[in-house]
Amino acid sequence: MNETVKNTALFALVAVLIIGTGFLQSWNSALFILNFGLISAIMALGVNLQWGFAGLFNVGIMGFVALGGLATVLVSMPPTTEAWAAGGGGVIVALLMGAATIVVTALVIKRMSAGWLRTVVVLVLLIGGFFVYRALFDPSVARIEAIDPASTGYLGGLNPGGAAWGWMTLVAWPVGGLLAAGVAWIIGKTALGLRSDYLAIATLGIAEIIIAVMKNEDWLSRGVKNVIGLPRPAPYEIELQSDPAFLERAASLGMDPVTASTIWVKLVYAGLFAVVLVILFVLAQRALHSPWGRMMRAIRDNENASEAMGKDVTARHLQVFILGSAICGIAGAMMTTLDGQLTPGTYQPLRFTFLIWVMVIVGGSGNNLGAVLGGFLIWFLWVQVEPMGLLLMQAITSGMTDGSPLKVHLIESAAHMRLLTMGLVLLLVLRFSPRGLIPER
Amino acid sequence: MDLLNAFVALSNFVLIPAIAYGSQLALGALGVTLIYGILRFSNFAHGDTMAFGTMVTILFTWLFQSWGISLGPVPTALLALPFGILGCMALLLFTDRVVYKFYREQKAKPVILVIVSLGVMFIMNGLVRFIIGPDDQRFADGERFIVSVRTFKDMTGLEEGLAIKTTQGITVITAVIVVAALFWFLNRTRTGKSMRAYSDNEDLALLSGINPERVVMITWMIVAALATVAGVLYGLDKSFKPFTYFQLLLPIFASAIVGGLGSPLGAIAGGFTIAFSEVMVTYAWKKVAGYALPESLAPDGLAQLLSTDYKFAVSFVILLIVLLFRPTGLFAGKSV
Repeated sequence: MNETVKNTALFALVAVLIIGTGFLQSWNSALFILNFGLISAIMALGVNLQWGFAGLFNVGIMGFVALGGLATVLVSMPPTTEAWAAGGGGVIVALLMGAATIVVTALVIKRMSAGWLRTVVVLVLLIGGFFVYRALFDPSVARIEAIDPASTGYLGGLNPGGAAWGWMTLVAWPVGGLLAAGVAWIIGKTALGLRSDYLAIATLGIAEIIIAVMKNEDWLSRGVKNVIGLPRPAPYEIELQSDPAFLERAASLGMDPVTASTIWVKLVYAGLFAVVLVILFVLAQRALHSPWGRMMRAIRDNENASEAMGKDVTARHLQVFILGSAICGIAGAMMTTLDGQLTPGTYQPLRFTFLIWVMVIVGGSGNNLGAVLGGFLIWFLWVQVEPMGLLLMQAITSGMTDGSPLKVHLIESAAHMRLLTMGLVLLLVLRFSPRGLIPER
Repeated sequence: MDLLNAFVALSNFVLIPAIAYGSQLALGALGVTLIYGILRFSNFAHGDTMAFGTMVTILFTWLFQSWGISLGPVPTALLALPFGILGCMALLLFTDRVVYKFYREQKAKPVILVIVSLGVMFIMNGLVRFIIGPDDQRFADGERFIVSVRTFKDMTGLEEGLAIKTTQGITVITAVIVVAALFWFLNRTRTGKSMRAYSDNEDLALLSGINPERVVMITWMIVAALATVAGVLYGLDKSFKPFTYFQLLLPIFASAIVGGLGSPLGAIAGGFTIAFSEVMVTYAWKKVAGYALPESLAPDGLAQLLSTDYKFAVSFVILLIVLLFRPTGLFAGKSV
């Protein structure tokens, strides 16, 4: 079987699985899987860039995804004018002051010669800077959060048109990428010098720090109070249901208006996501087959040899770390758009870091097509294992008496089959097909 | 100014909780660091290993309770602990046989082993939730306090009370015993020495006739014991919930890394560093400052540096700061 046939067959399998969901369950759930599959595929492309191309072990993907979500809020929500008037300036001054403290401290560390004097100066700068920062920051934040805390209590975004300007949300996607890239630059500058597992665990921690900041800084994005009702680029179901032209088309297809409108909205999103995926895929593919891509893989396979050939390993690592994180940021912004809300409390490393890793490894690290396939396939499993597990458990327990504690326990536990299955799939692929379903060429 | 009351308040809210939490983290980090030293990878499944061991212990505790066996003032869980350790050992040895052994024989790159441990993490996490469910379980019984606030106040006549929970006392005593036994084993016994030799230089150890499979097996057994003890102590002190144990992985990794991977002494230092910084940065110092400072200087606000939700973030900020200045941790750990 040649490669093209095999790859086509694998993608056809995914298509059959999703279409099968449409026939067996509902088209709404099929499109749900498709939409999140598209987003997962983009995240997997980003991770593949870092791991597959360059061999960087980044377990902080969750942080970049969340930053993309934050960008959606910052761009697409209407600004809270009262909050800006009350404390916007104060917060910005305080943040600038905080940044200035860090820059000055870094300069002092660089310029002064080591010794007890430098230590004292650095400590005074840091501690003094922290208290000045808090003194400036806290009152402004308190004023912002006091403004109508039930619905706003934060600075809001940059969208003057509000819900009518749904297209602003599309602008948020590249902005999400930029925000993630910016943070990745800061992280890369400090952490990429670390070796092996030290880097991995540092990225794991940085993602937690990003989430902690998003959960607690209410003035920025309402923290755990969540931002709901983000403006969206797709039409609202309610509007479609009152649009006579749409009702007529739905009727001619023999669908009821509610189902038709939800499906149409999901299709609009699927179209938008597919465009982004295709663009990023083509770019990643071009990058992989360019001299740059070959250099990346050479660095991955032997850092010392590449360094001896005059390649700047640190700079290339930083570059690919920023690019991959930016792609995850874009995907994160898209996901928040699809959800229509930002809920920092729901970001968990199992779902947003480790699951993406399973996608890349199972699909085939180093191969963009593999990453995309892994994104779809693993996402499908993640969603569908639960109902399948329930069916399996019902089959196993069908012989037992109703209401026996073991039967109740087994059926209740079916929901946890999901994690077991993911682990099993990952281990089986690593053991029997370690290069993934579509291996690197 | 009332330094005595200030010190009592400080002990009650900062020192005692941080010492107990630090001991739990140190035991967890010792497991991570041993695996890194001998098997040369960071085990992402460690949090879930702890959860598994604790789960077995809880199941045995319930069994003993249903038989009416108890240890009086001491939690029954201590009686069930050996069984938990045995269950955890069985699981880890089984995992090693069916999963890790293959990659060891292939001489796979360490990062591949890390990814494999991710898969094991998913499975163990699923397994624990499958057996005991995802909910909170409290299994501490016996006396709640060694010293309660009231008896302390009666005893000393001070304004501030001091409470020491039984679980905190047990945590510290157990941790000291376990750590002492571990260091005695590593430094004094033949097997322990062969483990250290293997960790220092694999090839040289093989040449001297050390059986690597035996070293690996003993490592897993020790790790199982450490993980179960750490997990049970944490569960007694707070409560058992599979998701919390998965999250414990973060401060445990932070402790092991701050100390330097592969260094047992570092793991202990790291555990206490992380615990103390977490508690101190998120503690509202108003009360202590109110006693310790003259009235005019007493703070108006809570005097809290960061809100308690920043707990995990603090441990990683410490981690990053340490790594910036000492790239392999405080005790110069290894890197593969």
